[in-house]
Amino acid sequence: MTSPLLEFQNLRMAIGDRPILREVTLSVAAGEAVGLVGESGSGKSMTVKSVVRLLPSAASVSGAVLFEGTDVNALGPKELRRLRSRDVAMVFQDPRATVNPVHTIGHFLTEVLRDQGMSRSEALRKVGGLLADVGVDRVERRLRQRPHELSGGLLQRVVIAAALATEPKLILADEPTTALDVTTQEEVVAILDEQRHRRGTALLFISHDLELAAAVCDRIAVMYAGEIVEILPAARLHEDARHPYTRALLRSRPGTVAPGERLETVPGTPQSAADAPAGCVFADRCPQAEKDCRTTRPVLLPLGTGLAACHLLERNA
Amino acid sequence: MTVLALAFPKKLARIPWVPAIAGAVCAIAVLVAVLAPWLAPHDPNAVDPLNAYAAFSPEHPLGTDDLGRDLLSRLIMGSRTSLAGPLIVVLAAGVAGTALAISAAWFGGWFDAAVSRVLDILFAFPGLVLAITVAAIFGAGFVAPVVALSVGYLPMIARVMRAAALRERSLPYIEALRVQGFSGWHICRRHLLPNLAPLLVVQAAIGFGYAMIDLASISFLGLGLQPPAADWGLMIANGQPSILAGFPQQSLEAAIAVVITVVAFTVVAERLAERFGGGVR
Repeated sequence: MTSPLLEFQNLRMAIGDRPILREVTLSVAAGEAVGLVGESGSGKSMTVKSVVRLLPSAASVSGAVLFEGTDVNALGPKELRRLRSRDVAMVFQDPRATVNPVHTIGHFLTEVLRDQGMSRSEALRKVGGLLADVGVDRVERRLRQRPHELSGGLLQRVVIAAALATEPKLILADEPTTALDVTTQEEVVAILDEQRHRRGTALLFISHDLELAAAVCDRIAVMYAGEIVEILPAARLHEDARHPYTRALLRSRPGTVAPGERLETVPGTPQSAADAPAGCVFADRCPQAEKDCRTTRPVLLPLGTGLAACHLLERNA
Repeated sequence: MTVLALAFPKKLARIPWVPAIAGAVCAIAVLVAVLAPWLAPHDPNAVDPLNAYAAFSPEHPLGTDDLGRDLLSRLIMGSRTSLAGPLIVVLAAGVAGTALAISAAWFGGWFDAAVSRVLDILFAFPGLVLAITVAAIFGAGFVAPVVALSVGYLPMIARVMRAAALRERSLPYIEALRVQGFSGWHICRRHLLPNLAPLLVVQAAIGFGYAMIDLASISFLGLGLQPPAADWGLMIANGQPSILAGFPQQSLEAAIAVVITVVAFTVVAERLAERFGGGVR
């Protein structure tokens, strides 16, 4: 593998003495799509936000987030702004909340380009083309409308077009479809996927939907309580999942049992990094946990097609 | 007067046709002030002792004062300083207060704490007392009370704007803008400010009524504009001896002008507050 575009090296984060991320090591190659999957509070969003240093001021960080070999946390204000405005773009969960309601769509889309010194007409031409690319009709009219005049799905397409406008090397997508209804979800994800492939942009895709992530991404990283417990190729998700947590998640999907039967669940409730046991983060909820699972923490080790952090798997390997 | 002028507008603003009339009154008041020299039928300072205390007549529709000056002309000319004073106060307090509020909300931390404490201290001084003190020290006139009142009104506006700016700053779209690499200056100016503008307008409109009464009070106490200037507050004060002589026109007419204007502006402010939310004390 060539040197990765983005690399998290033993990233740890805490707010005060409350841990948020226990240890995150993950890399994204240029043009690659990596899905970050986990329950609420597992630290997915924080991991992604650390790429553009969008962290609470009280957060203390150790380890490194390397973008093209440079540690993001060591950047000066000017370089950070450059990274944010040119190299990385972000698509958020709820387009309604993340677009300023007082400005027009045209203003929203051209703002970054204008800020980078592009002329108004040139910027408008460029974003007009982008809107057409992401499947928005009546572009001229849309550019003059305001966010509240567009549907959620349409607005999220606009946000994707805004993310593409600066021709970034990496797009961070933080549950981009959670706020949309199911039928628009598919369209939006398909557009994101298509445009990303066409431009060779890398993608870090957050989702709590394993299937969705597997459909869009090349590799899947499963997070639990501030730690990545398993990384595996998306295409081999069902066959090669080894970690007890990933397998429990896969078992609890609809469609695994006959209609009318109760779905399987992962026993217990999701834990945050602060509540998880000192050893393996999943030990409290793992049906096969043994004594040393609670005391010593497993590390990510190559297993078959992927990587997994689990003592049981180590022993059986 | 203060109670009369400021307590009723809230109820008045709910009656459907009242805000429209109040808006019209405001517009007329501003027009009269701008066009005063062309509208005044007489020279407001032309003394005519033989015609003192004249009753209403076609020549002097609102009568004359103790020196025989035409009261209508004096009211019309007086609208200029009477409206310009509060306008300058709310403009100055609004601009400075909003700038302080946004920077405090944006930078947070010790800067926000320092700004907030200073505003609290300023807030403890009633604007009117501050203005009277300043006028007493720097001399009576137009400038000193207006400047002092601007400082006095700053915390009122700044505190409301800071709370709104804090709320606005925590919204996701601000975070999204930061991820796009915009500078704090750009985000504050192009995004925070337009979103806070309606609230600022409401605050300024409410402050206008209060400032007008405060400035009239200062003139009444003799610390504002000096005779023979035509100013509503001053006219109320100067008309006092005449009231005892049985000719209340001067004080009464000026007071009515103040009350009508203040009520009209405050009703409009209340209507705006209902429309855009927030900002009513």
